[in-house]
Amino acid sequence: MKIVTICGAGIGSSGVLKVNAERALRALDLEATVVAADVSTVRVVAADAQIILTSQEFVEAIGKTNADVIVIVNLFDTSELKHKLGHALG
Amino acid sequence: MSLPPLPESAINIGAFAADWRAAVALSGAALARSGAAKPLYAAEMIRMIEDHGPYVVIAPGLALAHARPGPQVITNGLSVVTLSEPVHFGHAHNDPVRVVLGLAISESGAHLAAVAAVANIFNDSSAIDQLAEATSAAEVQQIMGITP
Repeated sequence: MKIVTICGAGIGSSGVLKVNAERALRALDLEATVVAADVSTVRVVAADAQIILTSQEFVEAIGKTNADVIVIVNLFDTSELKHKLGHALG
Repeated sequence: MSLPPLPESAINIGAFAADWRAAVALSGAALARSGAAKPLYAAEMIRMIEDHGPYVVIAPGLALAHARPGPQVITNGLSVVTLSEPVHFGHAHNDPVRVVLGLAISESGAHLAAVAAVANIFNDSSAIDQLAEATSAAEVQQIMGITP
């Protein structure tokens, strides 16, 4: 399974999301590859992804995709990540 | 995992910013003082938010200001600005911001360990409050896990 985290520059918030998503996946005992990317590359990077994690600001720019787009509010809240990832994958 | 350098010169305690642009400019100025970025990096960080919105407010009270690696970045670095008066970035949930982290990354690809180190600090949910209330640069460094 592939999860892509998306932000504006592909280094800051998407990097934090990647680290914390991996933490949440471990807690859920799930395996996935998590890739951080910037929104301009989302079509290519997320072409084979099941889930896109991002902030509300990027939902429109991500546009139409086969992946589930999940909006995370507090990037450090592992329980929010666990809940939303668990729900999407459950 | 190693945190990007956060020298005392990159820490600004209890600063006043009239609005979010001023707050981000202060974090850019701190990165310029420490030699991590050139002065124009601040304008790039502001442009990221103008272009994409207040998504840099990644947790309640905390903004992670940054732009892309590029000619305005000299070397990896971090800055911490705590605000005397909280500032609104226009984020639906995480406003107002009391702590602005500035991040300069010189090379994409090699940054994830640095970002992971930052993430580790803030997985302790009290870290933002502790930083907002810190009264010295040394205290900020201690909260960020930097041993002098």
